[in-house]
Amino acid sequence: MTAPDETSTGSTRPGDRVASDAVSTGRVARPSTELLQAVQAAEASERTTVLRRLLRDPQAMTTIVLLLVILILGLLAPIIALHGPNEAQLSMVNAPVGTPGYPLGADESGRDIYSRLLYSVQTAAVSALIGASVALVVGVTAGLIGGYFGRVTQGVTEWLFSLVMTFPGVLMLIVLMPVTKGAYQATMLIFGVLLSPGIYRIVRNLVLGVKNELYVDAARVSGLGDLRILGRHVLFVVRGPIIIAAAFLCGSAIAVQSGLAFLGVGSLQVPSFGAMISSGFRNLYIVPTQFLWPSLSLGIITASLVLLGNALRDVLEGSQPKPAKVGAGQRVLAPEAADGGAYDSRLLDIQDLSIAYPDPNGGLNEVVRGVSLDLDKGQILGLVGESGSGKSQTAFATLGVLPNEAMIVGGSIRFAGRELIGLTDAQMAPLRGKEIAYIPQEPMSNLDPSYRVGSQLVQGVRATLGISQREARERVLALLARVGIADPQRTFDSYPHQISGGMAQRVLIAGAVASRPRLLIADEPTTALDVTVQAEILDLLRDLQAELDMAVLLVTHNFGVVADICDRIAVMQSGRIVETGTVEEIFRDPQHEYTMMLLGSILDENVVRTDAPVDAAGGKS
Amino acid sequence: MTLLDVRDLRVAFPGRGLRAAPVEVLHGVSLDVRAGETVGLVGESGSGKTTIGRAVLGLVPTSGGRIAFEGKDIVGLNARQRRALADQIQVVFQDPYTSLNPSLTIGDILSEPLVVQGASAKDARSRVRVLLDRVGLPANAASRLPREFSGGQRQRIAIARALAPRPKLIVCDEPVSALDLSTQAHVLDLFIDIQKETGVAYLFISHDLSVIRHISHRVAVLYRGDIVENGPASEVTSAPAHPYTQRLLLAAPVADPGEQRRRRAARRALLETQGAMS
Repeated sequence: MTAPDETSTGSTRPGDRVASDAVSTGRVARPSTELLQAVQAAEASERTTVLRRLLRDPQAMTTIVLLLVILILGLLAPIIALHGPNEAQLSMVNAPVGTPGYPLGADESGRDIYSRLLYSVQTAAVSALIGASVALVVGVTAGLIGGYFGRVTQGVTEWLFSLVMTFPGVLMLIVLMPVTKGAYQATMLIFGVLLSPGIYRIVRNLVLGVKNELYVDAARVSGLGDLRILGRHVLFVVRGPIIIAAAFLCGSAIAVQSGLAFLGVGSLQVPSFGAMISSGFRNLYIVPTQFLWPSLSLGIITASLVLLGNALRDVLEGSQPKPAKVGAGQRVLAPEAADGGAYDSRLLDIQDLSIAYPDPNGGLNEVVRGVSLDLDKGQILGLVGESGSGKSQTAFATLGVLPNEAMIVGGSIRFAGRELIGLTDAQMAPLRGKEIAYIPQEPMSNLDPSYRVGSQLVQGVRATLGISQREARERVLALLARVGIADPQRTFDSYPHQISGGMAQRVLIAGAVASRPRLLIADEPTTALDVTVQAEILDLLRDLQAELDMAVLLVTHNFGVVADICDRIAVMQSGRIVETGTVEEIFRDPQHEYTMMLLGSILDENVVRTDAPVDAAGGKS
Repeated sequence: MTLLDVRDLRVAFPGRGLRAAPVEVLHGVSLDVRAGETVGLVGESGSGKTTIGRAVLGLVPTSGGRIAFEGKDIVGLNARQRRALADQIQVVFQDPYTSLNPSLTIGDILSEPLVVQGASAKDARSRVRVLLDRVGLPANAASRLPREFSGGQRQRIAIARALAPRPKLIVCDEPVSALDLSTQAHVLDLFIDIQKETGVAYLFISHDLSVIRHISHRVAVLYRGDIVENGPASEVTSAPAHPYTQRLLLAAPVADPGEQRRRRAARRALLETQGAMS
């Protein structure tokens, strides 16, 4: 074969975040439609560069402009200042605002406040530069080393930085005055070191996350040295948080430098906001405005830096919080005119269902397009398709648990004659868990790790059946025995992490069938399990289905599972059902070419590889 | 010629907690891979199959036994010696989404192993073109980012990266498990084509017996850290001798309702006899 047959269409183009939460079973989950949508949106927003998004953010824009203006004024000080920073004029002592040559007045020594403000900006900029760079250089280097290398290195760096963290910062700087000889540059150098543990922590944690990524392993196997891996693969990931932290570091460096100058620590020759505030403070009752100017400047600068840091965080880390799930139910674009009447004898009747996700351009991207399917009492329907075909979305819509971004744009879902679309969560509640039950793909992530298995089940049973604690407990124990758990009491008393994945799936099945539901929706219930466990779970589902006469909607990508348990099949391809029929019909005589292609892709059971290994001396490309 | 020879390999991970005893996940595993052949390694989650692959790649420390590559012991090599092996042993990982650095272009990803070996930028570029063509991707893929590709295409890129230094052995760790059915078959065929063409050997790890059957010359079955069965693919995957392999074979559902009904009955019968024996 020469050409790749998997097409890179819009919905099958998942990004790098997809598999991050699928590690628990050691097997990689197929990307879900929801994730594909989220990734697509993120991808589109990444295409608009970070810089452009930053410029579009009003908070970032305002603060950047403010800081730039202040910085340029400071740099131009030698040109636009009217006097030298320390040029004192006895006749001008405490000159009022507006005095010719002294637009903001003069201070207690007769120095021009306007000029001193400009020169103070220079001091602040240099402080920020030294403090932040030292903190970044020390913190990032140590964080990379401490996070990437082995336990001992990590332990040593950790201990060292914890020690630095215990130093009382400002006090240290004052005590070290004899060493720094009062030069604020030297003080900021030390302060940078004192600030570095914060950066170290951020970087180390990020590195710990990245270094187990498969691409880092792949780089190692490719023969890359540690330094190259750090520089090429790891440093890139930590750049965002570092940029954010830098803004805050600049702010605190300036604040501390001013604080020290206010206290009179350091050279009195250096113009700085702190020194000016101090002098204004002494004259507060004589000329209050002397205090105002430097305080205002310092306030604007530090506030801008903090706000800029926050804006950077929003842009770089995309921290727009998702709206919380509220009780209004799923979003419906145009509620159908309810024609009422329970004329339908089918248990589940989905007509023309369409579900869409908002795309980054403000439009809607349909992931389910006019799906119709029905399910009778006691029937098992397999909903089959590849990643992104919309099969899980259809199941979720039936349960009323579509994600908030999703929107039902048309169609109807009737359960026992009742329209489910447009119901609020409160109206759905009596159905969910009682009439319609659900088994998820990842059993472990559907059990709360901080509660015992038994208490979670009891809670669910009591919520749906309204029975006493004791009755519920007995019921749950009986159910656990029914789903084939050898020692129900022990499982009842276990925490989720103490039981295996197969056991967890049995527990969830026990919970799902507790209320004898009429419809069971199983979303890839065996995909995360080993084949031997899968076979047992399928046996269990089959037995329970016959016993309770449930209808089952089984979402799966595995034709073997379908052949094992289903009565009917619906094949989905990019949001549409392309073929439905009984299991026998579809396997024996598929009509749609997509179904044929899928069935043709199944690896033949009876074909073993027969060609002999290539001779070792044979050609190498 | 034996390319890779693993003898009595033991791997233990440190236990949780300060004084916890280490947990041994491989209890003396032996297998060998000859030049140009595929050895399938099949087992359930937690059986230790991935750990064998990682031990061969030098990504986990071993606690016993030896791993020889072309007769030379490769356990406990220092970093420099290990890096020298990079053009001999390569890897394709399971997850095509996390095994490619999202911020590097495909061209950078593929030329990385070449540049490390001292290839000039120009040579690397032309080699990348050949590699992309070999795995069936367009040449302009080199300037694009991983996120622009589907799962199957990403796995092709990962295969191209593994092929870049012309290795003799590629450890394939569940390389098709995360792929859709139709993609999976194509990627498997690509593996076989490349092997026929270049004579590279595969240590092919999978939980899926049908995938193993499709690609392997010989198969080793791993169960809880031990190899319980080892032999030619046709024997192990159609007439297994070990009870666990028998269970594994009958547990895999077949996409044919009638055949699956028979298999289910056979599985239940087997479980009863095995249950009676134990």
